[in-house]
Amino acid sequence: MKARLDRETIAMRVAREFKDGDFVNLGIGIPTLASNYIPEGRTVIFHTENGALGFGPIAVEEKDQDIDLINAGGQFVTPLPGMSFFDSAISFAMIRGGHVDITVLGAMQVSEKGDLANWMFPERGIGNIGGAMDLAVGAKKVIVAMEHNDKNGKYKIAKRCTYPLTAKECVNLIVTDLAVMEVTPKGLLLKEIAPGWTPQEVQTCTEPRLILSPELKEIEL
Amino acid sequence: MAVNKVFPSFAAAVADIPDGATIMMDGFGGEGGMASHLILALRDHGAKNLTIIGNTVGTSGFGTKVGRDFVHPGILVKNGQVKKAIASFPVSRSPSNPTEFERAYIAREVELEMVPQGTLAERIRAGGAGIGGFFTPTGVGTVVEKGKEKRTIGGKEHILEIALFADYALIRACKADKLGNLAYRGTSRCFNAIMATAARITIAEVDEIVEPGELDPGKIITPAIYVKRIVQRPKEG
Repeated sequence: MKARLDRETIAMRVAREFKDGDFVNLGIGIPTLASNYIPEGRTVIFHTENGALGFGPIAVEEKDQDIDLINAGGQFVTPLPGMSFFDSAISFAMIRGGHVDITVLGAMQVSEKGDLANWMFPERGIGNIGGAMDLAVGAKKVIVAMEHNDKNGKYKIAKRCTYPLTAKECVNLIVTDLAVMEVTPKGLLLKEIAPGWTPQEVQTCTEPRLILSPELKEIEL
Repeated sequence: MAVNKVFPSFAAAVADIPDGATIMMDGFGGEGGMASHLILALRDHGAKNLTIIGNTVGTSGFGTKVGRDFVHPGILVKNGQVKKAIASFPVSRSPSNPTEFERAYIAREVELEMVPQGTLAERIRAGGAGIGGFFTPTGVGTVVEKGKEKRTIGGKEHILEIALFADYALIRACKADKLGNLAYRGTSRCFNAIMATAARITIAEVDEIVEPGELDPGKIITPAIYVKRIVQRPKEG
């Protein structure tokens, strides 16, 4: 088995999508890790559904943990100058209103058209919608950060999602442990590939046909 | 007589909640912003067949320090007082640590209306603002749109979502004055500030109660018009 990128490296690649001054909302899991890899010289302002903008890194030390300063994943975060708080209705008005530049979400499945399925735990028959549907519909750019295949090696990038949808045709970019793919009207454009992998090998891990970008390159580590 | 909305105890503040009431609570689901003492008093009060509206229906270990627990709506589910939840985040992320609600839902003891979080917030806001409902693109093409009126606005499909209004809201704020003006701390404003507007009787559990005039009017987030009862939390010891 060839080595795939680890979660931290996926997060690092995702963070290169952040432009200076972007307002960014990060989902739970790999997306949250992207906050550790903001490219030098860029300022990114983080948004969280529970009502804050412009907060700082995770509060690791217990003395810095404040139950009135958490992110939507329930993690303690830290204050930064210029931070603001607001209620949940305003928070989602920002999201639905198209004011958030980028959201990074995890996924169970993404279709070649950019349909997203990420809220239901199929084996439990129940799930959490949380803020995912609003973010998928409202953010200007939706990036999915996830493992390319599930634990059993099955396709997560599929022709059609079989799990309940979060939103239709909403994903713009997929970053995995094997590749970076853009959702285009013609299908999934393979733009970058993990070191040591060939396009054919990535294709065998992917159900829909991948279009090879003329500028296809290795993911820079 | 001067207005004084301060109640002597949490038990007194929830004493008139009848069986079958619809109650908003839960803040965002974490320890901060959770009206834990009011929820505990409601458990002891024992009202049954409740419909609870909240982001979660109680998630242990969320937004709290490692090894610490706090009172959340899960105790009402565990005590058999809940008939239905209208919520966005009803289960835990880890299957090995299911919420009380998940257990009860799988046992078919409770009903669930699952709502996207932004739709939940806006339904509450609309309820407090006298708006009957609104069209939103969130949920189009998903299970959420089932049975809902659809309309294309600006070339984009929307679904009709109906406002929520409750009999009671159990909210948590950091400071109140005796008139019922409220201020919040940090991310604990979340659902509390909107739920305060969307119930017939809003009861606030607060860390500190001050005299009118002691809160900066510009920093009052929930004006007194929305708040009927206030109870002071015991000092953390």
